[in-house]
Amino acid sequence: MKEREKPVHGDDNPKPREVKRRLKATKRISRRKRLEFEEVELPLQVAIIGGGVAGMEAASVLAEHRCPVILFEARPELGVNVKNKYKIFPDFSDAGRLVETMTKAMDHPLITVNKDTEIIEIIREPDAYTLLDNKGVPHTVPAVLLASGYEPFDAKRKEELGFGIYEGVINSLQLEDMLREHKVLNSLGEDPRRIVFLQCVGSRDEKVGNHYCSKICCITAVKQAIEVKRQLPDTEVYVFYMDLRLWGQGYEELYREAQEQYNVRFVRGRISEAASTFDGRVQIKSEDTLLGQPLKMVTDLLVLMIGMEASPGTRKLGKTCGLEGPYGFVRSKSPHLEDNLSDKPGFFLAGTCKRPMHIAEAVNDGRAAALEIIKYLRK
Amino acid sequence: MADFGFSISKPQSIDTNDMDVGRLQALEAKVPSFKRCINCGACTATCSAGQFGSFNIRRIHNLYRWDQRKGLEKELQQCMLCGKCTLVCPRGVNLRYLIIRLRKALADNK
Repeated sequence: MKEREKPVHGDDNPKPREVKRRLKATKRISRRKRLEFEEVELPLQVAIIGGGVAGMEAASVLAEHRCPVILFEARPELGVNVKNKYKIFPDFSDAGRLVETMTKAMDHPLITVNKDTEIIEIIREPDAYTLLDNKGVPHTVPAVLLASGYEPFDAKRKEELGFGIYEGVINSLQLEDMLREHKVLNSLGEDPRRIVFLQCVGSRDEKVGNHYCSKICCITAVKQAIEVKRQLPDTEVYVFYMDLRLWGQGYEELYREAQEQYNVRFVRGRISEAASTFDGRVQIKSEDTLLGQPLKMVTDLLVLMIGMEASPGTRKLGKTCGLEGPYGFVRSKSPHLEDNLSDKPGFFLAGTCKRPMHIAEAVNDGRAAALEIIKYLRK
Repeated sequence: MADFGFSISKPQSIDTNDMDVGRLQALEAKVPSFKRCINCGACTATCSAGQFGSFNIRRIHNLYRWDQRKGLEKELQQCMLCGKCTLVCPRGVNLRYLIIRLRKALADNK
């Protein structure tokens, strides 16, 4: 993180030393008015970088506790990663509605949302941080929450699986789109006779540099397999896995339901390669490792369950702030009691910028970070 | 075909494109609990017949899943139907009944 060299403070941007002064003054005023410090509105905005589910939840909790918030989102919309999903595990609730509810909460007098705004530089000041956005506008704030999130693994990096080469090979996000539109079709525009899912694409794979497990793909494949069978009961569905990690509440039950009610077939083995057949389908090679025998199979669609990687914003800001953790994610102070804190006072972390998380986890993490920020500012 | 004095061995890999899924589905219809198997191998670990011979019930039903039926009927004769496998199964698969139905299906489908 850069130390301050020259002032970047405009007329409407508080000077760093004023940040501490204003906070102290507010504390004094509250005492004079015989109010608890918690009851008065803070004079300064907290900056949140990233308008995903973690950032939005943090913003709404902070605003409820009378902390003004300025939220920066690089994309033109909030909550895009979740919004693009159809139904979410384990209860098949509507992802769009969830984001809609969260976005509505941003309509709060203490929340300022800046879309299409990327933070390109963070400067550490005494008792404050100055953020520079892509429009060159400085924002000096007493506390920053980094919630810059993840990005889906680019399956083109696993060339042998034919993503971006064969039309029958798609990733799990494309299948999610098809499911939302109720148009799960093969490359010829017909109902697929067979769909094969492949787990751990971009996860647990040294060849792409990711040793970690993205932890949401197992249950996502189970969910998507069930959804496929609901929409296309006659389609055969296979899931190729290395281990099935169905760790969450209700996950194992959903797996059992997929087997029992929906005839989804689970095969232990990693698909080594995919090739096109003359009729536009995909031939795969794998081993049934429970039998110790190689096998080949032709499928209409091969769905690659792509994992989660640190987003470009997370990588860049993690580097700028000296908080780079493993695989480009950012590093928290400690994983148990200080997971929303960084080793820089006033600089907080939430959500998938730290590691892969599912939606509820990211939301909870945003909420937890907001409480840590309140604790920090009201001390 | 010309005799070159050597032959090429058949590929060892299972070609799932030749398989008849109907046979597996028929068995699953008779023994619905079979669909729940998670391949833990508890059945094979406890199997009395398996302690003294090559009998491996988990392997047998996995081969049947891919419609690989060759030699299975003979192998299944080693089972004494003691039912210990059914007792230990964590997913409640009725293995003893599965074996009975498998034997019948294999005898009928020669």
